[in-house]
Amino acid sequence: MEVKSIKAPLTDEDVLSLKAGQKVLISGVIYAARDAAHKKLAELLEKGEPWPVDLKGQIIYYVGPSPAKPGQVTGSAGPTTSGRMDAYTPAVLRYGVKALIGKGSRDEATRQALKDFRGVYLAATGGAGALLSRSIKESEVVAYPELGPEAIRRLVVDGFPATVINDAYGHDLYEEGRRQYSTE
Amino acid sequence: MREVNVSLLTSAVAEMCTEANYILGDDVIRALEKGLEEEVSPTGKDVFRQLLENARIAREEQVPMCQDTGFAVIFVEAGQDVHFVGGNFGEAINEGVRQGYESGFLRKSIVKDPLQRENTGDNTPAVIHIDIVPGDKVKLILAPKGGGSENMSAVKMLTPSQGVKGLVDFVVAAVTRAGANPCPPVVVGVGLGGTFEKVAHLAKKALLRSLGQPHPDPFYAGLEKEILERINRTGIGPQGFGGRFTALAVHMEVFPCHIATMPAAVNLNCHASRHVERTI
Repeated sequence: MEVKSIKAPLTDEDVLSLKAGQKVLISGVIYAARDAAHKKLAELLEKGEPWPVDLKGQIIYYVGPSPAKPGQVTGSAGPTTSGRMDAYTPAVLRYGVKALIGKGSRDEATRQALKDFRGVYLAATGGAGALLSRSIKESEVVAYPELGPEAIRRLVVDGFPATVINDAYGHDLYEEGRRQYSTE
Repeated sequence: MREVNVSLLTSAVAEMCTEANYILGDDVIRALEKGLEEEVSPTGKDVFRQLLENARIAREEQVPMCQDTGFAVIFVEAGQDVHFVGGNFGEAINEGVRQGYESGFLRKSIVKDPLQRENTGDNTPAVIHIDIVPGDKVKLILAPKGGGSENMSAVKMLTPSQGVKGLVDFVVAAVTRAGANPCPPVVVGVGLGGTFEKVAHLAKKALLRSLGQPHPDPFYAGLEKEILERINRTGIGPQGFGGRFTALAVHMEVFPCHIATMPAAVNLNCHASRHVERTI
């Protein structure tokens, strides 16, 4: 299986080079944000106020890590279900976030927004939180510490494995993969 | 009458919280190894490799296999000859959860109020199901339940004329609708019969059975096999990337029901089918 290495944050060319089904290894800076942080960020967008951390051009990873043990950079850190962020994601992509990492399918509005704003949606292996935490080299809470596991974190990753689900061209690995292997 | 000090519940629950989250059961490991061997999709095979590697890291380094260390769901089978002493029964169990989640570096995933959503900070309260049974022992089963797979649950009040076909179609539709969300390969708990609230409880209980152990009634064992085959023909596959292994197992729990009803429920677990048992 061919694996493509990509550097975060992503340029428009990077995004356009990614195709549904491709496996990638991400290195660089990504940001952790999930349900509660998205709610706050969406409220700021509605009010036209700035975000506590500028995420234009960045990758958001839907994750709420478990607490780090002494000596660990982070606790287990696998993806959470992305669909819960669908309500906020078109606005997040319009704002300028370039890529999202989670697991599970996205709704029609989010898939359309990925095309409209040249974004990409990737999945990391759900349930592999201990394994995935190994490619996280630094972790720092940069906003909303009061949200605990749902705080926004700046993560430095090295070779973080993910699979492209929805590319900027409208392809969807979940639909295409299922069609390929269905024997119904 | 046997006296059991509730502090024993606290210490047992605390240990069980970490054990359930760090150590994936041998039954699941065997099912993942079978998946690795038999999955036809290369991306699916790769998922099985990652899940097995993940389980190894979690066990060896004593870290949670998944960051979602779950809602602490606890089934208590209390012998009717037991007298609990030394404190409040429910509080003792919650104290065990509090201690286990704190000392085990497990994530605190519970909010005080469904709408106001402030974290309780210690993963309490637990959901506690109590059965009074003959004897003087106390059996505890802890099954930490992740939120992503729990969200994919379904209950349907089927009617008697819908029969086997209605049930099978309902379960397959629920798993298909869930798609990649509950981190397939999943374990499918099916409740059948009882009442509206009883059937959901049955579906949850079905998840406690060891993988690969069929229903004791051959009729339902056959039905479990039929539903599993139907689910694995959908092509959803490991992580929804496409493949043959969408589910590792289907477990049914059945209870008598009213002449007018045929309630059915589906409760899904991701591959991290966590459950540990202790008897006091």
